[in-house]
Amino acid sequence: MYAFNFLLLSAALFSFGIYGVIARKNAVMVLMSIELILNSVNLNLVAFALMNNSIDGHVFALFVIAIAAAEVGVGLAMVLMIYRNRRSIALDELSEMKG
Amino acid sequence: MTALFASDHGVNVAQNVGFYIIAAAMLWGAFRVVTTRNVVHAALWLVVVLGGIAAQYILAAAEFVAISQVLVYIGAVMVLFLFGIMLTRATIGEETDVNNQGWAIGIPVGLLMFGVLAYVTLDFTEDATLPEPTDEQITGATMAISDAYLGDYLVPLIAVSFVLLAAAIGAIVLARKD
Amino acid sequence: MSQPSMLLAAEESGHAIGEASGWFLENAWLIPVIPAVAFFLILFFGKKLPRGGSEFGLAAMLGSLVIAAGATWQWISSTTSHYDEAGNYEVEPVIREIVWWQSGPYEFGLGQHIDGLAIMALLLVAFISTLVQLYSTEYVNGDRRYTHYFAALTLFSSGMLAMVLAPDMVQLILGWEIMGLCSFMLIGHWWEEQANSKAALKAFFTVRVGDMGLLVGTAMLLAIFGTLQISEINALAAAGEFDSQNMLMWTAVALFIACIGKSGQFPLHTWLPDAMAGPTPVSSLLHSSTMVVAGVFLVARIYPVFHVGLDINAAGQSVNLIAAIGGITLLVAAALAFVQNDIKKVLAYSTVSQLGYMMMGLGVGAWTGAVFHIFTHAFFKCCLFLAAGSISHTAAHHSFDMKKDMGGIWKKMPVTFGAWMVSTAALMGIPFTAGFFSKDEIIDSAKHFEYTWFYYAGIIGAFMTAAYMTRATYLTFFGKPRGAAAHYMGVEHDTHGEVHEHSAHPDEAEHADGHIPDHTVDAHDDHGHDDDHAHDGHATHGRPLPFAPFDSPWKITAPLIILAALAVGAGYLNAPALKIYWFEHQTESSIGLPIDHGDDHGGEETEEPHGDEEALVVSEVAAGANGPFASAAEGGDHSYEPSGPYAVPAPPVFTWANAAPGLILVALGILVSWFASLAVFARRKNPFSPFVGLTTRSRPIGALHSFLVNKLYLDHLYEKVIVRAVAHPIAKAAYWFNQNVIDGIVNTVGTVTRRLGGWVYRNIDQRVVDGAVNASGTAASESGHALQPVQSGKVNQYGALLFGAAGIGAILLIILNG
Repeated sequence: MYAFNFLLLSAALFSFGIYGVIARKNAVMVLMSIELILNSVNLNLVAFALMNNSIDGHVFALFVIAIAAAEVGVGLAMVLMIYRNRRSIALDELSEMKG
Repeated sequence: MTALFASDHGVNVAQNVGFYIIAAAMLWGAFRVVTTRNVVHAALWLVVVLGGIAAQYILAAAEFVAISQVLVYIGAVMVLFLFGIMLTRATIGEETDVNNQGWAIGIPVGLLMFGVLAYVTLDFTEDATLPEPTDEQITGATMAISDAYLGDYLVPLIAVSFVLLAAAIGAIVLARKD
Repeated sequence: MSQPSMLLAAEESGHAIGEASGWFLENAWLIPVIPAVAFFLILFFGKKLPRGGSEFGLAAMLGSLVIAAGATWQWISSTTSHYDEAGNYEVEPVIREIVWWQSGPYEFGLGQHIDGLAIMALLLVAFISTLVQLYSTEYVNGDRRYTHYFAALTLFSSGMLAMVLAPDMVQLILGWEIMGLCSFMLIGHWWEEQANSKAALKAFFTVRVGDMGLLVGTAMLLAIFGTLQISEINALAAAGEFDSQNMLMWTAVALFIACIGKSGQFPLHTWLPDAMAGPTPVSSLLHSSTMVVAGVFLVARIYPVFHVGLDINAAGQSVNLIAAIGGITLLVAAALAFVQNDIKKVLAYSTVSQLGYMMMGLGVGAWTGAVFHIFTHAFFKCCLFLAAGSISHTAAHHSFDMKKDMGGIWKKMPVTFGAWMVSTAALMGIPFTAGFFSKDEIIDSAKHFEYTWFYYAGIIGAFMTAAYMTRATYLTFFGKPRGAAAHYMGVEHDTHGEVHEHSAHPDEAEHADGHIPDHTVDAHDDHGHDDDHAHDGHATHGRPLPFAPFDSPWKITAPLIILAALAVGAGYLNAPALKIYWFEHQTESSIGLPIDHGDDHGGEETEEPHGDEEALVVSEVAAGANGPFASAAEGGDHSYEPSGPYAVPAPPVFTWANAAPGLILVALGILVSWFASLAVFARRKNPFSPFVGLTTRSRPIGALHSFLVNKLYLDHLYEKVIVRAVAHPIAKAAYWFNQNVIDGIVNTVGTVTRRLGGWVYRNIDQRVVDGAVNASGTAASESGHALQPVQSGKVNQYGALLFGAAGIGAILLIILNG
């Protein structure tokens, strides 16, 4: 198998994720797009582990999985809170950060 | 692509075929995740992508990571997402405007990113092929992972456990009604 | 090859290096552990106890003190029996360590590294902490967070003690950060007032800025030496076993930035005076003997890294970073001390200034002088702070304003006054007090080691110190009682002729003076008369008010007396003027560098070659600078030859002639300031009267004055300029990018689509598929309009910006590395 197989697939997933983060309005969908990005990175890590015959890639992929789980937990809790306060999770209505 | 069925580079045909089938499904899934108008459908398409990734891990001789992927992502994270969708009372079904006003900017940025990554990847790997995973690599991976975690990466492991604890507490504090 | 080879060679040849041993030395790690345990006891059980947990704190500090004293005694008995022919008192440090955690190949330990320096600091910290705890039981009695106060105070001491005996940079950082946290809690102890919590935050964040340097520097140490063991780092740095001098220099700079933050050195000193918002015992503990000394201690602890990294004492060097920062700090802080009305702020700036002396001492190679100054300064500065607290507690209704609420109280508080005067004398460096011996050694070394600028900075600093302390003493103890002090003294507060003393700002005070010169002359006589009268009245009536006993309770005065005694007595541990070098001998093995006994004070100069190959690295490096020196030394003259960054020169021989300029300036400072104080504050007529009100009459001097009053505008710089400069352009740039680039892209997409539609509409399809084109043109036009208003504040846009920038950055990297 060519080495670029995994890497190109992961690049495509990454780009879809980026598009999703930028384009989507629903906060839950943005979180899903972020999951796409994280998974594409994981795929890269595992591919590199295979390429270099090293276990470190697996270890880091597992770290990323753990962090991603934490991220989803906190992210969804924030979405719930936003929903409770504003009855909407449309990100374009959140402009508190407007500078 | 001639490489698809050629085995002269040491390319395993069956592996390649499997890869491309799964990859095609994943790409379509990912495309639907970011384009569908239905939130629940987006979550289900995400399952396709995550499951595909788990399958790719197996192709890459990373069984332990694949199992973790299934357990954590498809098992736990997806349930969280579905809960999130339900609790925020998103419309079950098609929504009219799921995108921002400025959604179009995502296309050039996404393409730019893909272009850069694809260029770098092709430039870097050229025609290199991945080695066939050896038996030892396949059977010993889990043991090697545990050795790494309880050896060199012990302190980062402890740090991650703190991060998870903090995330659990943080999620409770954030989502608590008061 | 001679002295420089000592460190490595002596061990091989099996002589001269003594083994320090004894139960207390072996178990010195208990010293920080006891208060740490006490901290938890206070936290969990303190509230249930009759004395609110303070008994745990006091008992723990006493326990630490006992062990520290025992360790000191055993250390002394082992050093005094071990010194080699060269007069070097080499005793192996007692290092015990357990592996705390390991990551990959690196192990990080907890434990103890006991040598002369650590022993000195341990004893000092344990001693001062004990006294401060005792003092606190009275001072914060009845406070609503009494228990928490003692918990934080105890943990603070534990942090400092842990840092002091750290065998490892990781433990040092641990102690360092514990101190940072506790100082935050203690400075903000009365956080209900916004000023206090602001001061606590400022202290915390300013120190954090420096702490980044500590983390970076520690990581660099690990990269250079492959270990974080302090003893190994010192040995490797001293032996020149590193790849890049440049890298070591940047390491030293990074670490020194941490010291600048912690020790309140020049650009980051602003937090220290604000930190006086905490209770006075806290000020006296944190800002005289422990926390702020941590930075100086760090430099002294891994001195070879700084000495070699910054080429201190190298031939031809006349300035280096440490000396420059120290010199600037000591002058700037001394100047700032002149314009303070708050007695604690005067002391705070005085602390900053003295820390500047210590840093300067380390910068010019006077390690012993600097470390000894840490030692002596702790006693007299702590005493001064506690005296200020005693005055405020007993005489001034908890006010610290010298102009409003003090004055004339010397008769009523003899113990406090006596302690203050003794400590002030020590701070000024009056001969035969502790401060004289330590400060003079620093100044003398600066001159002798050919750091001439810093010699001048030192003696001018001595002049300024004498002057501002005289001013503070005058305002506090002499003159006419004012405000709360007048009430305390049982003197009717006399308002006439005292306008200037009521005004909060010296400007106004002197404004009043300067404006009505004729009046002033009249008022002078009146005033003097009144003053005498008041004092007489006081002497005859002399009745203590019911709420104001004669001087403070014993829990306050006992620490004062002890500290005042030490403010004089501590100096005799190392009095070059009297040929006492005891302290030097106890600590000199901690320098980590060979000592170049040029003009050896004991005359016990030996040049025995050790001829050990192990030491070749050192000797070769040091030989260049050392060679010519050896012959000079045999001649017995006192000329100085730079001994290079790989060896520390021995302290210069004390002569009264060398000390004379400094002493004359000190005397001058006292006199000038005394008469100026009389002229300004009491309006006595004297040669300084013409200068009264100069700040209002002369524009440049007025400008200087307001420059000082505003603390050199550094706070303005930090809060207004830097924060704005950093935050605003970024926000503006982001906004501009948003408005122009992103809008531009979106507009272009829209316009192009529309044009395309229009072009299609006009040229090709108008006749063919008219309806379809019409529809698409309209859709394109509408989408163009819809895309136009892209506004800020949206997360998605920030995402787009981020990824777009990352992509463009990646392209740039690809092109650059092409």
